[in-house]
Parts: sequence; C-alpha cells; structure tokens
Amino acid sequence: MIAELGLCALWLAAALAALQLVAAWLGQRAGGETLARIVRPAALVQALLCGLAFLMLLWVFARTDLSVKLVVENSGSDAPMIYKIAGAWGNHEGSMLLWITIMAVAGGLIALIEHRLPEKTMLATLGAQAFVGLGFYAFLLFASNPFARVIAPPADGDGLNPALQDIGLAMHPPTLYCGYVGLSIAFSFAVGALLTRQVTPDFARVMRPWILGAWIFLTLGITAGSYWSYYELGWGGWWFWDPVENASLMPWLAATALFHSASVLASRDALRTWTIMLGVIAFSMSMIGTFLVRSGILTSVHAFAVDPTRGTFILALLAINIGGALALFAARAGTIAEGERFAPLSREGALVINNVTLSAVLGIVLVGTLYPLLTEAFGLRVSVGPPYFNPVSMVFVTPMLIVLAIGPLLRWRRDSFARVRTPALLAAAAAVIALLAVWLVAGIALLPLLGLTLAAGVAVSAFMPLRGRSLRRLPLATCGMAISHFGIAVALFGMAVDTAFTVEKLTAAGVGDTVAVGPWEVRLTSVEPVAGPNWTALAGRLSASYRGGAAHELVPQSRTFWAPPQTTAESALLTRWNGQLYTVLGEQTQDGRWQLRLWWKPFVTFIWLGGVLIGLGGLLALIGRVAVDVRRRKAARRSATRKAEIAR
Amino acid sequence: MKGVRWSLWILVAFVALLGLFALQLSRPKHDQVDSAMIGQPVPPFALAAAVPELPGLSTADLADGQPHLLNVFASWCIPCAAEAPQLAELKRQGAPIVAVAIRDRTEDLESFFQRYGNPFSRVGKDDTSRIQFLIGSSGVPETFVIDGKGVIRHQHIGVIGPEDIPDLMARLKAAGR
Repeated sequence: MIAELGLCALWLAAALAALQLVAAWLGQRAGGETLARIVRPAALVQALLCGLAFLMLLWVFARTDLSVKLVVENSGSDAPMIYKIAGAWGNHEGSMLLWITIMAVAGGLIALIEHRLPEKTMLATLGAQAFVGLGFYAFLLFASNPFARVIAPPADGDGLNPALQDIGLAMHPPTLYCGYVGLSIAFSFAVGALLTRQVTPDFARVMRPWILGAWIFLTLGITAGSYWSYYELGWGGWWFWDPVENASLMPWLAATALFHSASVLASRDALRTWTIMLGVIAFSMSMIGTFLVRSGILTSVHAFAVDPTRGTFILALLAINIGGALALFAARAGTIAEGERFAPLSREGALVINNVTLSAVLGIVLVGTLYPLLTEAFGLRVSVGPPYFNPVSMVFVTPMLIVLAIGPLLRWRRDSFARVRTPALLAAAAAVIALLAVWLVAGIALLPLLGLTLAAGVAVSAFMPLRGRSLRRLPLATCGMAISHFGIAVALFGMAVDTAFTVEKLTAAGVGDTVAVGPWEVRLTSVEPVAGPNWTALAGRLSASYRGGAAHELVPQSRTFWAPPQTTAESALLTRWNGQLYTVLGEQTQDGRWQLRLWWKPFVTFIWLGGVLIGLGGLLALIGRVAVDVRRRKAARRSATRKAEIAR
Repeated sequence: MKGVRWSLWILVAFVALLGLFALQLSRPKHDQVDSAMIGQPVPPFALAAAVPELPGLSTADLADGQPHLLNVFASWCIPCAAEAPQLAELKRQGAPIVAVAIRDRTEDLESFFQRYGNPFSRVGKDDTSRIQFLIGSSGVPETFVIDGKGVIRHQHIGVIGPEDIPDLMARLKAAGR
C-alpha cells in the first residue's frame, strides 16, 4: 500500500506540473487571468505531493519492505537504521525522486513568497519550472520507477554498497542535489526573463538568493565529497579530477560566475545578456554532469547501475531543456538592450575578469572531462588527469586570484589605481614575503610555490574591504564576501602545502615494529579481529607519537562486508592543528608481517576548512540579502498602508 | 543585433556536444580494460612440477620459439572443471597448452586429471599465487596467449566457452607469426 501511495502521489504531482505549465502558458494571454490564478497553488500542491512520495520511499526503506524492487536491490535487513534510510537515495531511482522533490519544493517556495517581479515574468518562470519538472517526472515514471514491486519477495535484500555505509556519504548526494536543483530555479528565472523580455536589476535581485543558496550547497557538497573520498577510499588523495568530481565542480564554477555577474546586474544594471546566458549554462552543467554520471559513457569511480535507456532519456531532456533555452537565447539576445557602461578599472571591470577567468577554467575542466569521449569517437582511448588539469587551470586561476585581491577594493563605475594603492601593495608584500620564505626554507615545485604565494596575498587582501569601516554598520553580505575570499586562501594554502610537503611511507611491519613517517614514530602493537553489525574486520592497533611526545592510538581496519561481499580499507586518521596522520592497514604478507600505508599530511585539513569558510561566507551573504529584502518589503507595505490612510 | 552571432556559436557548440554524446551512447560500451601486461614479456620464474608425470614450468619453456596457451587453474575450482572439454578441444586442434596450478595438492590434481582429462604438456605449481600475480591474473581460470618469445599477447579471463575456441586459436596463430 505504502509504495502504491507514493507512486500515486508522484503521478498526481506530474499531472499538476502539466496543469501548471498549461495554465502559465494560456494565462499569459488576454482573458487568461482565471487560469493564471491556478499556477501558484498548482506549484504548491505539487511540492506537497512530491514530498509525500519521497516520505513513502523513506518509509519502505526504513521498514526494509522486501516486496519493493528498489529495497531488495539496495538495502538489507541487517544494515543500521541510518544507512537503511540513506539507502533510499543511494541509488539511481531514489536519487532521481529526491531530485524532483527538491525541485518541486523550491518551485512551491517561489510560488509562495516571490511577488517582486511582474506577474507575467513570474508566470513564465513557473511555467519553465513546470516544463523542466515534467521531463524529470516522465523520466521517473516511465524509465526509473522507484516504487516498482517484485513478484516474489526474497528472504533478504542484496545490501547497500559498503562504500556507501558512511555518514558523510549519506549526506553527500542530498547536499549536491540541493545545489543542482537550486540552479534549475536560476534557469527558470532566466528563461522567464527572456520570454517576457524583463532583464532588470529586480530580476537579478530575485534570482540571487537562489543562486547563492545553490552555490552554498554545492560548495559544502563538494567539500564533503572531497573529504569523504579522502578518508574512505584509502588513497590519501582529496581530488582526483574524476569525471564525477568534475561534474560537481563545473556547476560550481558556473554558479560562482553567475552570482558575481548577477550582483553586477542587481547593483548596476550591467551585464544583462551575460547573466542570462550564465543562468542557462549553470543549469546545463548540472544536467551534463547528471548525464555523464548516469549514462556511464565515462569511466569513473562512481558506479551507478548503468542503463543506456536512462542515458538516452537524460540526453533527450538535455537536448530539449538546454537546447530550447539556448535557441531562445540566440533568438532574443539581440533584442535585450545594452546595460549601463563602466570603465575597465572599476568593480564591474574586476567582476568581468572574474567571470571570464571562471568561464575559462570551466571550459578547461569541460574539455578535459570530455576529451576522452572525443578521442574514443576516433577509436583512441586516453585518460586525462592532473598533469593536464593542474597547470592549465592554474594559468587562469592565477589572474583570477590577483583580481580577487584587488577587485573588492574598487568602486563601481570608475576608479583609479592610486586610491587602492596602499591595500594592494600590502597584499603584494604579503605574497612576496611568502614566496621568499618558502623559497629559502624549502625548494618546492612551481605550482605549490605559486599556490602559497597567492594564498598569502589573497588572505591579506580578503579583509582589506573592511578597513576603516565600522563593524557594526557593515553589511552582512560584505562580511560574507570577506570570509569566503579568505576561505579560498585557506583552502589554497592547504592544497599547496599538502602537495609540496606530504610524506608517504609504504611498508611491511611485524607486530612490535616501529615505522618513522615525517615527525611521527608509529608502532604496530597488535592486529586483532573485530565484528560489526554487518561486517567483520581485522583491526591494527597503532601507537603513534609526534616528535617523541605522548602516544596516541589509531585503529585502521581491513573490513569485510558480507552483504554484498566486499573488502574495504577503513583508514584511521589522527588530526593535529598542523596536519593529519593517515594510516591504512593492508594485507598480511607471506612472512606474517602486515602492509602499512602511512602518510603525514601537513595542513591538509585546511583544504576542507577553507571549503567550509567559503560556504559560511556565502551563508552570511545570503542571510544579509534576505534580511535586507524582508526589511524593504515591510517598509513598502507600511508606506502603502500609510498612503491608503492619507487617501482616505 | 551583435549579441546574436556569439549566442549562435554557443548553440552550435551545444548541438555538437549532443551529437558526441549520442554517438557514444549508441556505441556498445567497451568497459573491459586490457591488462597492462599485454605486450610485456612474462616475468622470470621457475615453478616445480605439480604432478610427478609432467615437468614443471619456467620462463624459458615459454620462450622456446613456439606460441603457447598458458592456463591458470586449480583442482578446487569448479569453473576450471567446466572448461576442461574446451581445453581438450583446443589441444585436439593443435594448441600447445601449459598450466600453472594455483594453491593445489598433487593428489587433488591427479584425481582432477583422472575425471576431466589432462590437456597440458607442463604443469607448474604456484603455492603462493606469486606467479599468478606476476603475470597479471586475478583469479582462476584464466588463459593467456604467449608468443614464441615469451611475450604475453592476450588474456582470457574466466571460463573458456565453446564459442571462445575459434578466437583463441586465431590469436594463437597470430602470435606464431
């Protein structure tokens, strides 16, 4: 019953999306006011129905209802409750349902609260949202029904993929989806604005919180995903330029460019066409990413059950949604009036450079990700990795970071270099000192050296815009910007130090042996079997001391799951303020010793700390923007009532 | 109307991208990654005889100027028994087949050969899977085509089915050229 209720809710939600589309379309015409009034309620009820369907899916997973095919294939009765529930979205069908649910809820929210734009533009926006949604409903209902039953329920399910039985991973997909789907809202706004030719600062102001929200989720999702792959895969790396990682990075890059250009449009009424195009591009990156992951046309560590019909379906959605939007854009771009002009040396000028460099990096990642596909079409199999991505993207990241240091200091419209000379020189001095210090202390490779130099300059300059301003009267958004920019410096510092100074040790150690890695002395005290809820493991007890100090215990495991049968290495990490000791227990060698993989990674945690700071800054900016909006609305309402009173 | 031209280019690029995706999607997925050992000489090893009536196996035996099939198997492996008729057929068609027995016992091998026949001219004994690891094999059964100079030309993972025989014979012939 539960599964049928969920399926029923899903069909009804799809029907409402169809109604929303038709009503929004016909409501645009003269005499369509009655139909137009249906649009907002339809979006709201659709959100509720989708939420209901998703709750039903959670329910069948929580109860391990083995008459549902998806549960049989992706869960088991002996998994802990949290992973049973996370199992609901740890698979293709469930994650698509999560996707459409977030999308419907976001659509319902704009229908409920957004009243600033002309009603026609809102109708077009909600219509576009319904149109995109319908494609995904069709995909779910016709090609990936999450509620399908099995004819003969088995005694137990196949179990959840062991690698996914981890709290970090349980939260990773929902976070990223919030980001991807938030960009669909930006997309709908862009299409709505194009259809009604209303590319105004108001449009940018309305769209901005959604981009910012999506961007925060993407930032945190990427940060969490990176940390997860770092400690779960047991390879000690935090970014592999894997196609799926790139699939989440590309929308992030586009979203970063988008909210910077949207802020130019909101404050200065410039960059109109460019902002619209980025709105389309950002969501198309989400969809291309989804396509690359689900169709299985690229080889990746992220294995989804690959099915060509799914790939075809998403490709069709991609062609219709993005192709349609780009065609509309090509038709309308010429009719959008040019916005305000500005001098090259101005806040706008700096933001244009930010946009150009971000787009260039986006292009580099896109080309690198798709290049293997292109050569495969000519019968050549290649893989593209760090030797391409790192140096080539650094060519554009370097000017971007230099502009990031100076841009926030500049005034809108026109500025002179003389006015910002002091703070710019301070930042440059910090960078040069860092460069010399690192150069003298240790000879390291060019890229990490460049990274450390830029990190020092950006860190100092991040807080320059706050100079001489009263902290109490500082807008929250400006404060958020400073924190985000500082977060970039922190993350860059972590990446550069980790790249340059990591010490790695691969060794075979007997019980009682001591291994030195960097400043650490690590002793293998024992190896013993342990049992978990659905696994058994060999646990190595390591006693580690930092520069001869007190001993800390680490327990890396070599874990064997029985449903499905698979062995994973559970790394054990010891975090100090200045880095992490990373330990992995391997196989037993013939002579009875144990393979140990040890890394000392100085300041590696700064990478994710920086990511969190970037997201936190975004959150502050979002709160600041929304608070200002709420205040403005209240003031507008008050003046409206006062006017009405006076008129009376 | 100057915005029109560059926006058209984006559309064109997008359509090209869609075309590439569609092309790749329509092709059968080639998801088997060839072993890095293909084209490499067999690493030096010398294995003692696994059964008294046949000699053991060493690198020199594989580089005697004549191409070989090298079967990695074990008497405890049920799929290995399933592929025995195919190995016999390969031998009947003239393929010289040598073998490495993985983690096995002489008496078990003897009874395995009695039940399923013995198509091998040499059987080396690999009690620690070391040689198996060296030649890039991850399980039993696996069959390698090795040319006359001792270079690995092809790796067949899993059971040899009747449908695989022509392919293996062709590869063996190609390795002899």
